[in-house]
Amino acid sequence: MIHFERFQLSNGLRVLVHEDASTPMAVLDVLYDVGARDEDPAKTGFAHLFEHLMFGGSVNISDFETPLQLAGGENNAYTTNDFTNYYIQLPAENLETAFWLESDRMLSLAFSEKSLEVQRKVVCEEFKEHYINKPYGDVWFKMRELAYKQHPYRWMTIGSKLSHIEEAQLKDVKDFFFKYYRPVNAILVVAGNVKTDNVRALAEKWFGGIPSGEKYVRQLPKEPIQHELRKLEVSADVPLDALYKAFPMAARTEPGYYVADLITEVLGGGGSSRLHQALIKEKKLFSQIECYHTGSNDPGLVVVEGKLIKGVSLADADKAVEEELAKIQSEKISDLELTKVKNKTESAIVFEDMSVMNRANSLAIYELLGDANMMNTELGKYQAVTAGEILATSRQIFDANNSNTLYYQSK
Amino acid sequence: MLNRKIAPAFKDAREFNLELPLYRKHVLSNGVEVFAIDLGNEDALMVSWIFDAGNWYEESSGVAGAVSALLKNGTSTRNAFSINEHFEYYGAYLSRACQHETADITLHCLNKHVGELLPVVAELIADSVFPQEELAIYQKNGQQRLQVNLKKSEFVASRLIDSYLYGPNHPYGKFSSLEQYQALERESLMAFYNKYYRQGACRIIVAGKLPASMEDLLEINFGKLSLHAPTPEDPTGWPVIEPATAKKYDIVNDPNGVQGSIRIARNFPNRHHPDFQKAQMLNNVFGGFFGSRLMTNIREDKGYTYGIYSYLVNNKQESGWLISTEAGKEVCRATIDEVYKEMDLLREELVDEEELQMARNFTIGTILGDLDGPFQVASRWKNLILHGMDEKYFYEGVRIVKSITPEELQELAKKYLDPSAFFELVVV
Repeated sequence: MIHFERFQLSNGLRVLVHEDASTPMAVLDVLYDVGARDEDPAKTGFAHLFEHLMFGGSVNISDFETPLQLAGGENNAYTTNDFTNYYIQLPAENLETAFWLESDRMLSLAFSEKSLEVQRKVVCEEFKEHYINKPYGDVWFKMRELAYKQHPYRWMTIGSKLSHIEEAQLKDVKDFFFKYYRPVNAILVVAGNVKTDNVRALAEKWFGGIPSGEKYVRQLPKEPIQHELRKLEVSADVPLDALYKAFPMAARTEPGYYVADLITEVLGGGGSSRLHQALIKEKKLFSQIECYHTGSNDPGLVVVEGKLIKGVSLADADKAVEEELAKIQSEKISDLELTKVKNKTESAIVFEDMSVMNRANSLAIYELLGDANMMNTELGKYQAVTAGEILATSRQIFDANNSNTLYYQSK
Repeated sequence: MLNRKIAPAFKDAREFNLELPLYRKHVLSNGVEVFAIDLGNEDALMVSWIFDAGNWYEESSGVAGAVSALLKNGTSTRNAFSINEHFEYYGAYLSRACQHETADITLHCLNKHVGELLPVVAELIADSVFPQEELAIYQKNGQQRLQVNLKKSEFVASRLIDSYLYGPNHPYGKFSSLEQYQALERESLMAFYNKYYRQGACRIIVAGKLPASMEDLLEINFGKLSLHAPTPEDPTGWPVIEPATAKKYDIVNDPNGVQGSIRIARNFPNRHHPDFQKAQMLNNVFGGFFGSRLMTNIREDKGYTYGIYSYLVNNKQESGWLISTEAGKEVCRATIDEVYKEMDLLREELVDEEELQMARNFTIGTILGDLDGPFQVASRWKNLILHGMDEKYFYEGVRIVKSITPEELQELAKKYLDPSAFFELVVV
């Protein structure tokens, strides 16, 4: 059970406090309700580029890192398709330094030309390092475009192309900031060796005076139901053929999400999972195979991906995957398998929640989803899933008219 | 009115009192030492069996890694599937890792399941059989994985730089090849396993909110195995380190690559050398964290790279000082020049007090955060134990962080940060 207190400042900033006296540290986490899905299709990658600019100095503090490091703190941030999250961890005695820094950059950035110019380059190098200069690095650009036709999940967080990042202008930066980075669109979580009363006073002091801003109301195009079998073949200079299959699944807060999560565990979670056992060990068609889901807030994707044994054809490998997917659609999983995936989920939650940083992060994300207390009810939802639901949901997800298949061929 | 230009007061690193929680030690009846770190609030624990079974001990290349990887792929009574299923059924994670000197088996699980899991770990240690078919799958899949990795400039760069530093025949410098996978034989795996696991030198680290029965459980399951405590080392028998003679290398791995993987490295004494912990502090200023000189100059000012770091390698016999980054192909040369300029500056000018304070406070804050939680404390202890050290080394390190002077840092820079002593490698 994760205990927390919740209050709201008059400018609309939601604040959560999680006290844990067993750690000497404090964590301050700020989550902004904006991600790559909120971008203009002609300016993709901007939410992430913007995250970099949040470290380029704020209106009253020219350098974010130095004062934080002086206070013994470290920090980082990440952008997803759904949201952007910033976190600081530092000795609890120095908590106010985190409030000072984080509130000033919510008040306003410095909007420096130099910072934009440098971070454009840094992000372009990040783009190259992860998506161009790596074998199979471009797969997800292609798969997202195949699986999403309307919804902005059709592009990657890093952006759909380098030119979008290279062309970003300071005006875009300012507009983005004042539209999304306002208290009314943010959630602040303070966790660790802290006291709620003290956090309340510090939150009022540092964040209370920031103009509330306008609530961003998200209106994204919905992805239409697929109703078609989609296939794409590409070839590239890679050593092995690879197979990727993606199937639309439920949104994060729908009951089907938990079922889909367990389905991916049955199929791909660990050495005793079905795909691993059947396709790597028994049939020896793949050298590597995984099943996971994208876990996004709006309807996501269940993914099967694997690298083929040399000499095996993509068509044969695909057929073997289809056979496994047919099995989970035709027969209930055993009690042993069901207990196994639930036990794995229980462990994963316990281990993840051991770190105060993860707890702070999870509270922010669940609050964004509607209620931080979901953190305490998640396990119950997994435990309630039945073999019948796994069967029914597998039939929905793995319907052939719901599939996106990518053959990635070695040239 | 709130003045946002003034930073709030903060507690300086030197006022923090860092404490490394101690372990409780007991010895199993076969002599194996157990180091227990009893901490934490969650009913979860970690057990690590650490064997002297790294690639240091192998006679033919790849055997140590193969044994480690295949350890859970079959015993005389269970096949790979049933072993995996057993651990996964109880929501446990069983990982194996093989380093240069040691190889470990590590179990993470909820306390309530530990009684069901330890007997099967004992089976893996005493009764693995390395089925031929599992070995064949490992060989094939390992070769395929290697083929993919060989397409990555960073993978190629990291193995080449190690071979320059230590020589291609030293355990630290040799690397895997397709032929080596091909040549693996079940008999040599069994022989290695028998010598270094079944009858091997082992120590156990256990951490978490430990159940009262933990000591008994370890004794029952592992106290009667043919394991023994590690024997003292004889450094005169250590393999010879033969660094390469040429210092500069330019390798084209992918003619269409858009970035170069840059590695700049020199040999450096091991942890027992009096300069080691001081050099770690100099390294922090140089390239050890986000506020370091390399990151500030090469990423935050020039935008040549997504990230650049330097670090001291964690080897027993001899360390290395390494700078690592991926930079745009057209700015690789400029990046390397800037790295050398930063070395020059550290040799020629004193680090100013504010910068040193920042590095000091950041380091102390990080150690404080690193000691938060049983597994983190265990990992620090693991490092000390494996290097034959105790808490005095930790406290000496903290003392150095708190007290090192700009003059000492400059002395160290003069001694070690000389570009001509470094290997320089770019792989595109």
